[in-house]
Formats: sequence, structure tokens, C-alpha cells
Amino acid sequence: MKRHVLTAAATLMLTGAAMAQEPIKIGFLSTFSGPSAQLGQELLDGFKLGLEQNGNKLGGRPVELIQADDQAKPDVARQHTDKMLERDKIHILTGINFSNVMLAVAKPALDAGTFVYSINAGPSQYAGSQCHPYYFNVSFQNDTAPEAMGLYLQNKGIKRMYLMAPNYPAGKDFLAGFKRFYKGEIVGEVYTTFGQLDYAADIAQLRAANPQGVFFFYPGGMGINFVKQYNQAGLSKTVPLYGPSFSLDQTVLPAIGDAALGSFASAFWTETTDNPQSKKFVADFEAKYGRLPSPNAANAFDGVRLLDAALTSIGGKIEDKAAFRKALENVKFTSLRGNFKFNKNHYPVQDFYLTEITKDAKGRPIMTVREKIDSNHEDAYVKDCKMAAN
Amino acid sequence: MTAALFAEQLLNGIQLGVMLFLIASGLTLVFGIMNFINLAHGSLYMAGGFVAAIVYRYTGSFALAVLVAVPAAAAIGVVMERLVLRRFYGRGHLDQVLVTFALILIMNEGTRMIFGPAPLLIGLPAMLSGSVEILPGVGYPIFRLTILLAGLLVAGLLYLIIMKTRLGMWVRAGASNRPMASAMGVNVPVIFSLLFAVGAALAGLAGIMAGPILSVQVGMGEPILILALVVTVIGGIGSIRGAFIAAVMVGVVDTFGRVLLTPALGSMAIFILMAAILTFRPKGLFPVHG
Repeated sequence: MKRHVLTAAATLMLTGAAMAQEPIKIGFLSTFSGPSAQLGQELLDGFKLGLEQNGNKLGGRPVELIQADDQAKPDVARQHTDKMLERDKIHILTGINFSNVMLAVAKPALDAGTFVYSINAGPSQYAGSQCHPYYFNVSFQNDTAPEAMGLYLQNKGIKRMYLMAPNYPAGKDFLAGFKRFYKGEIVGEVYTTFGQLDYAADIAQLRAANPQGVFFFYPGGMGINFVKQYNQAGLSKTVPLYGPSFSLDQTVLPAIGDAALGSFASAFWTETTDNPQSKKFVADFEAKYGRLPSPNAANAFDGVRLLDAALTSIGGKIEDKAAFRKALENVKFTSLRGNFKFNKNHYPVQDFYLTEITKDAKGRPIMTVREKIDSNHEDAYVKDCKMAAN
Repeated sequence: MTAALFAEQLLNGIQLGVMLFLIASGLTLVFGIMNFINLAHGSLYMAGGFVAAIVYRYTGSFALAVLVAVPAAAAIGVVMERLVLRRFYGRGHLDQVLVTFALILIMNEGTRMIFGPAPLLIGLPAMLSGSVEILPGVGYPIFRLTILLAGLLVAGLLYLIIMKTRLGMWVRAGASNRPMASAMGVNVPVIFSLLFAVGAALAGLAGIMAGPILSVQVGMGEPILILALVVTVIGGIGSIRGAFIAAVMVGVVDTFGRVLLTPALGSMAIFILMAAILTFRPKGLFPVHG
């Protein structure tokens, strides 16, 4: 009998050990083809660098990364998610870069009891009334960067602003976020067609309105087109451009070149952020990939470090969901951004900085931090969040 | 709207139109004369932009970028025609659409594999950057005036070649009646190859000229291809003169549509224009085929 107990105990211990060595499965769903492929690649590169520096382990357990290309389409993303949930049995779904994709895939994943861990997309829905115990966002809420810029220009006493964004939901959200804190006169608020190529006509109207500054949000190729054309129109010296970092980061700056110099961006992290962990990350990233990282890549890298810190604190037992959730909520880790903690709605509370586009020693355009705009900035939706106990 | 602003917007419209003409002229030649729908025309535009960006990166010279990228785009076009498209001249339009759509996907993902997903930079020489005062208090970018000039030059040259030379006569003959032109001793396959190369070179040139104001990235050809198709259809398929007039019309209507109408209506303006014109002139403004 005694022997049987011993054998049973040994077997149990063995399975326990085997459990600990079973990989943590992470579904990495992002955009890897089409015009937005660059964003997915930034996120993946940052995430992989984080894993690599951690010996491809999280909380001591090996990691199995299951990649899929959502093609920036919610329906395609949904199919990949269903496959990841049912066949691969992933523990965590991450990588998603677009908010509309996030809205399509978060619900089925959360319903299946899988953690949704956003390293980029930050829709307002999951920050407010739909906040969920298993949904975490380690990047930003969409409105916060434009809010910070609105706050800065309000404090600076800039009187006449001109606003521009593409005519789609995120464009409207960004300008709404800006107006939440900016109370000066808005001499023009223009929504251009999504994907518009030529901005000459809009720039002529803008010049005629004679604003003191322009706040714009144009992601990706639209931003490249707009900033280059704005500079060629000779306006950037007299009417500065202000934007959230997404319109002026390393995903677009190399293609805009000198035309971006002298523009301002509000950012939670930049390639010049001055702390040891951030400096090491920028150097490591550049050594591995031969380019400077964007805030997207930094958030993905930060996301891996946060996951590792949380999982280490519970011995890698991601299967204990309640414990994993608590570990994430109370996680202690040194963020590349310096100051970082999760709010009640599992979105970040972080600092925002004003940065100016300047050249680095190699002549490349970069975001240089000028001043802190706001400490512990939280999003506007947290008040609507009634976070469930489990 | 003040008179000065109106004049500036009119110039913007014409300049946009001329840029559209650069890409639509090649499309309408191939479409009208060879009766071949080449959706991959936008890919040749992208090829021009990418080759120019790479040459610019290593030499820093915009002029050299133009000199290398135009023949390169023509060469890529010829290879495309020889290897694939030639086999589809005799087939229906649906087959042509399918094969050229496949080419778009292959070219896009191929470009992404070679050059990566990040957009590239084409800078400008100091001579062409900055702006000049065209009206009191209104600066206009020098490079946009350069595009205007290049477009007018191309339009003039094409007009001269097609209306005043023997080659142009063959092209016109091939456009209006292919079997008859062939029977009269015009070497149609050679003319076709040549036309395709010229069309590709024009698309490449458009890609280069767009480079300094637009983003040079994978997939840059598709949005402009749609506009070029609108121009081609309005102008009458195969007509260079029609393409030019339609391109300027589309440029001006698009510019004023965006300025005067709500964003949703403004983005529809050129399609409303197309629908209106096709209602009264189903074959476009200057139909080539009887």
C-alpha cells in the first residue's frame, strides 16, 4: 500500500514536472501582408526580440508562438482566431494591430476563456462598459495620445488650431480625443477620404484659414503623403504640425525624411527615451534588425517582459486563470516607458511627453523628448468600467 | 472662396489631372489598341517608384533615379508581356483580368519579400524642393510645377507621335481595326510589344514623379489604378486626347469636390461625373472604336 502511495506521488510529481515543461501557447495574430504589413512586422520583431532575450521562455516555461496573418480584415482574423482557439488551444491571443480586428476577435476568445493581451490595438469599448477580467492592454487606449497633445496645446495657450484626419472611426476618435482637452478655437476640422493620395487642395484650404498650428492623424502611407506635401507647400516653418506619435514614428519617418523635421508628436515612448532598459532595447533592436524601433515594437517587447514577470510570480501556471489575472493586475516590471501600471480597466496608466522631430547623429529623423506633458494619464473610459470579480 | 484661392485650387486640380494622365495614357494605349485589360499597370507604376527609390538611396541623385527607373519599368513590362500576357491576347477579358490580378498579387508580395514592408524615401534635389510664389502670398511647390511640365511634355510628345508619324498611323490603324491593319501589312505583334513597353515606361515615369509627394510602398499602384481606369473610361478607351481631357476633368472635379462637398460626397464626385458622362456618351468622350 505504502509503495502504491509512493508510486502515485511520484507519478503526480512527474506529471507536475511535465506540465511545467509543456509550452505556453501564444496566438500571434497580426497583419503581415498588404499595405499595413509593416505594422505587424514591427510588433512581431519586438515580440520575438523580447522572447529571444528571455531564452524563449515565459515564467520558466517554453513558448510556442502560433502566427497568423489577418490581412487587416476582421473576417479573416475571426477564422484564424477560431482555429487557434479550437485546434491549437492557445492560452493567450495577442499581436492584433487594428481596433476593428480586435473588436471582431476579442469576444470569441474571451468567451472561450482565453486571455486577450493587446500589444497595440486599444479600442474604447474594452476600456469602458465592455471591460473584461481576461482582457489586458499593455500599449495604450486610442484616445490618450491625441488627448495629451490637446492638453499640451491648451496649456501652451495656442489659440487657433486646424484639425485633419481620415474619414473613418479611428480618425473621428483621435480628433474627439484631442478636443477633450483642447478648448481653444478650432478654425477647421476636416475629414478626408480614407486612403487619399493628394492633399494639395486640403492644404490650400488650410493655408487660407490661417491657423497657428495643425493637429493631424494620418496613419501609414497617408501620413507620409500628407507630411511630405505639407512641407513642400512651404507651410511647416510657419504653421507647425502636431500629431500623435503614430503619425510621426519610425514606421513612417524614414520614408518622410527631412520633411518631418520641426513637427511635434505626443508620445508615451520614443527611441530617445532616457532610461537604461530603453537604451538597451533600442541598441539591441538596431543590432538585430538594422533599423530603429517604433513605439509599436517597444510595446510588443514590453508586453513580453510584463508577461514574463507575471508568469514568474505564479511559477508559470498559466492554467490557473484567476491567479494569472491577479498576477497581471499586480505585476511589477520595469517598463521601457518608465512609469507604467494597469488601471482598473486593464488599460495602462502612463506618462506622456512632447517630442520634436530632429536628426540623430547619423542624420536619421527621430523623436526627441522636449518635455513631460502629463503624469499618470488615464483614459476617459475607465469610469464606465465595472470590472467583474472573475 | 477668394479669387486667389480659387486659382490655386484650379492649378491643384490641373496638376492632379496631369499626374493621372501620366499613368492613364499607358493604360489607355494598351487597353484601347491591344484590347487588353492590364490591371497590373499599377504594378509597373510601383516598380518605377521602387527602382527610383533604390537608385536614390545609393546615389542620392534624383536625375539618375529617373534615368534608371524609366527603362527599368519598360524592361519589366516587356518581360511581363513576353512571359505571360502575350498568351492572353486572344482570350476574353475575364481571363485577362484574372491573370493581371494575379500579377498584382505576385508583384506586391514579391516586392515586399525583396524590399521589406517599410515605405521608402525618394528625396528631391534642392532645385526642385521648396515653393515659388505664383500669386501674391500663395506659394506653390516647385515639384508640383515640375510634374505639370512633365505631364504636358509627355502629352505633347504622344500627340505628335500618334498623329504625325508613320508609327502613329499604324497604331491608330491597329486601334480602329486590327485585322484590317494586319492585312495591310502592319506587323501587329511588334507594334504591340513596343506599345506595351511605352505604356510600362509611362507608368514607371508616373511612379517616379509620384515618389517625392506620395509614399513609395507595396500596394501603391492599386488606388491610382482605379483613378486611371476612371480616366480611361471617361476619355474613351484608346484615345490619348480623351485620356488627357478626362484626366484634367477628373483632377479638377476631384479637387473641388473635396473642397466644396462633405467628405462622403466629395469622394464620390468623380464617380458621379463618370456615371453622368457614360449616360450620354456610353463609349466615353472620344471613342476610338466606331
